Amino acid sequence: MSEAVLYSLVVGATVGLAAGYLGSIMVLEKMALVGDALSHVALPGLALGVLFNFNPLVGGFAFLFVSAVLIWHLGRVTKLSFETLVGATFTLALAIGILLFGDNLDALEEALFGDITKVGAIEAVVAVIISVAVIALTRLIYRKIVLGLISEELAISKGISIARNNLLYLLLVSLTVAVGIQITGTLLVGFLVVTPAAAAKTISANMSRYLLLSSIFGAISAVSGILMSSYFNILPGPLVVISGIAIFVIVIIIRWRKKFTY
Amino acid sequence: MVFMETPDDYILKVSNLSVEISNQQIIDNVTFKIKRGISLAIVGPNGAGKTTLFRALLNLVPYKGKIEWGAKVKIGYVPQILSVRDVPISVREFLSYKNESVQDMKAALASVGLDSEAIIDKSLATLSGGEMRRVLIAWAIVDNPDVLLFDEPTTGVDLDSEEAIYGMLKKLTVKNKITLLLISHDLHIVREYSDYALALNKCVVFFGESKDVMDPATQKLIYGEPICKEFGEAYV
Repeated sequence: MSEAVLYSLVVGATVGLAAGYLGSIMVLEKMALVGDALSHVALPGLALGVLFNFNPLVGGFAFLFVSAVLIWHLGRVTKLSFETLVGATFTLALAIGILLFGDNLDALEEALFGDITKVGAIEAVVAVIISVAVIALTRLIYRKIVLGLISEELAISKGISIARNNLLYLLLVSLTVAVGIQITGTLLVGFLVVTPAAAAKTISANMSRYLLLSSIFGAISAVSGILMSSYFNILPGPLVVISGIAIFVIVIIIRWRKKFTY
Repeated sequence: MVFMETPDDYILKVSNLSVEISNQQIIDNVTFKIKRGISLAIVGPNGAGKTTLFRALLNLVPYKGKIEWGAKVKIGYVPQILSVRDVPISVREFLSYKNESVQDMKAALASVGLDSEAIIDKSLATLSGGEMRRVLIAWAIVDNPDVLLFDEPTTGVDLDSEEAIYGMLKKLTVKNKITLLLISHDLHIVREYSDYALALNKCVVFFGESKDVMDPATQKLIYGEPICKEFGEAYV
C-alpha cells in the first residue's frame, strides 16, 4: 500500500466520522440537499487556488464559508428557506468555477472528483485535527440544535440562540466539506454528509445510537471507497459513494426484515 | 421582562402589555397580576392573543408595557406543538436536555402517571398522544419550576385522557405549590380545573373565578364582540 493511500485512509476515516456526525443534524433539519448542493460552492475557491498558486482547499473553504454565511443572512432577512437560497446560488458557483478553471481540465477533474495521490502527511494531520475539532464543537451545540428542531419556542425559552448555533454549524459543515473534497471531490462530497446519516436514522430509536451509527457509516464508506479505488486504480469519489449506498441498502433490508420501528 | 427585587405575594404582574406583530395589534393594553400557587386559565376565541400572551411572558416576542415575574421564579413551559415525529430521540435524552439526574427524570415521569421504567427508553416518536402530553408535563416539571405555562395541554388527546391529564395536573400543582397558567378552549375544563379565568380578546374582556365562566352573560363577554374599554381590577 502506497504512502498516499495510507494518508488518504487516515483522511477518509476521520473526515467520514466527522461528516457522518454533523451530517446527522443536516438530515434532521431536512437540509440533506442543502449539504449536497452547498459543497459545489467550493469550486470557484478551488479554481482561484489553482490559478493563484495557493492551497485550493483554503480557497474552497473560504468560498464555502462566505457563501454559507451569506445564505444564512439572506435566509434571516428574506425568510426564504435554505433550500431555495442554496438552489439559487450553487449552480452559479459551479458555472463560475468551471469558467475559472478554463482549459485546465486535469485540475477541474481533480476538483470535481478528488485525487488521493495528492494527499500527504500534512493533509492527513490537518484532516485529523479538523475532524476532531468539528466533532468536539458539534457535540457542544448538538443538544441546542436538536431542541430548536423539536420546538423553537422551547429552545428560545431556555436562552438558546438558534441563529448563533446555526452559524457555527455552517462553519463546521464548510470545514468538513473542504477537507472531504480531497477524497471525493466537490461533486460527491455532499454525499458523506447525507447518506450515512440517512442510513443511521433508519435504524435508530435514540440520538446516541443515531450519532454513533452515522459516524461509523461515514468512516466505513470513505475507507472502503478509498481501498477499492487504490485496488482498481480509479477515482475514489464514485467508489466512496457506491460503498455508502451499499450500506444504506443493507440497512434498509435489515429494517425491512426485522420490521424495525421507532 | 423584569424580575422583581422585592418579593411580595404576586408571582406575576403584567402592566399595560401590548404586542404588535407585522403592524397588527395582537394584544392591546392588558393588565393583570396573580399570586403564587393559584391556577389561572386564559380563554378566548381563536386569534384572541392567548398564545402571543404566553410568548410575551416568556420574552419570545417584542412587546410594550411591563412584565414582572417574582424574584428567582423558575418557569416551566410546554408549547402547543412539538415536532418530534422525525427526530430519533428517547424520553431519557429529551428530559436530560433539562435535567441530567435520572432519579429526577423518573420521579417526574412517575408523578405524571407514567411507568418510568417502561417509558424512559422509548422513542418520543412512538408515544401515543396522551403519553406524549404527559412526557411534556414531566419535561416542564423535571427541574422543579415555580410556574407552569401550558398552551392547550391536551391537544391531540382523547376525552378520557384529557380529564385524567387535567386531574393529574391539578393535583401536581396543588401538591408542589406550583402556579399554573393555562390556555384552554374548553370552558368545562376551565371551570373544573382552574381557580380563575382571564378572557382575552386582544384586551381583557373578563377576569373572575372560573366557576363563573359557564354563565351565559360571561360567555357573551368572552366570545361576543370585543369592547376594549378599560377593565377594572384584575388580580387575585
